[in-house]
Amino acid sequence: MTTAQQIITIAMAVLATALTRFLPFIIFPAGKEAPKFIKYLGKVLPAAVFGFLVVYCLKNVDILSGSHGIPELIAVAVVAVLHLWKRQMLLSILGGTVVYMLLIQLVF
Amino acid sequence: MNKYSTIKRSFLAAFPYTIPILAGFLFLGITYGIYMNVSGFSFIYPMLTSMVVFAGSAEFILVNMLLGVFDPVQTFLMILMINARHLFYGISLLEKYAGTGIKKLYLIFGMCDESFSVNCSVDVPEDADKGWFMFFVTLLNHTYWVTGATLGGIFGSFISFNTEGLDFVMTAMFVVIFLEQLLKEKNHISSASGIILSVISLLIFGPDKFIIPAMVMIFALLMLLKKPLEKGGAAV
Repeated sequence: MTTAQQIITIAMAVLATALTRFLPFIIFPAGKEAPKFIKYLGKVLPAAVFGFLVVYCLKNVDILSGSHGIPELIAVAVVAVLHLWKRQMLLSILGGTVVYMLLIQLVF
Repeated sequence: MNKYSTIKRSFLAAFPYTIPILAGFLFLGITYGIYMNVSGFSFIYPMLTSMVVFAGSAEFILVNMLLGVFDPVQTFLMILMINARHLFYGISLLEKYAGTGIKKLYLIFGMCDESFSVNCSVDVPEDADKGWFMFFVTLLNHTYWVTGATLGGIFGSFISFNTEGLDFVMTAMFVVIFLEQLLKEKNHISSASGIILSVISLLIFGPDKFIIPAMVMIFALLMLLKKPLEKGGAAV
């Protein structure tokens, strides 16, 4: 990617993010009720997006070759177990990442 | 009571509420900076993106976008979808942010999950000004994040250990967010559809082209399930 393309990519991210923040204030001036389907999406969409993002992060894992996704599977399990046990976000992230780094550097 | 002392009191009232966020944002911000650094970007990138985007998950995804093929439309749509939750924070904050004058522009620009939860839940002390209180909550959080990202970007290059696999930090972060969602929701229809439809799309279209079909399928399914999900007390 050239520098100009990088700037455009970052600008797109800024534009999309600012849009999600400013839009409600532009279309629903104080006192006006938001449409029902917007409220509905506000409730149900985040859960699906978080699921999508987990898949997105693991999109390049190849189950058929290389390490067959085993280090990813173990590290995700470590994150989940740590989190269900201690419920400390930073600990779960740190623990899982360290385990993953050790696995791919030393084992696989 | 002069204006200066009201502003000062608002700052002093706001700061304690942001201390837990200070710890979290510095840690995640530093990680983001290091991640950018080991991905080949100078500290200018995490500093700038943390300042102008100021949305953690979107910034991590943006690194991938910057490393991939130039596709501004896909970047726009993906970041829009990741940050769609802001729309609903905004709807909840319409009245709260009313009457804050010119500061309102910055309050909206700097609205993140953490500022939202503080500004939405805290009763502003009587001797402080509501607008300035929320302004400082937003500004402090923003400052922590930019500071962390910049430090990570600068010191990332001094790291002497093998950083291979550090990119897993993004996966770990989303797994934690997803788990938190699973733990608090009443039913798992939306969460499950997010995972299942994304995997189906990934199997059909492959890792480079699955994003938009996955988004369309998720959106379509949620609209189809609107009646049953609303009847069953929604997913959250």
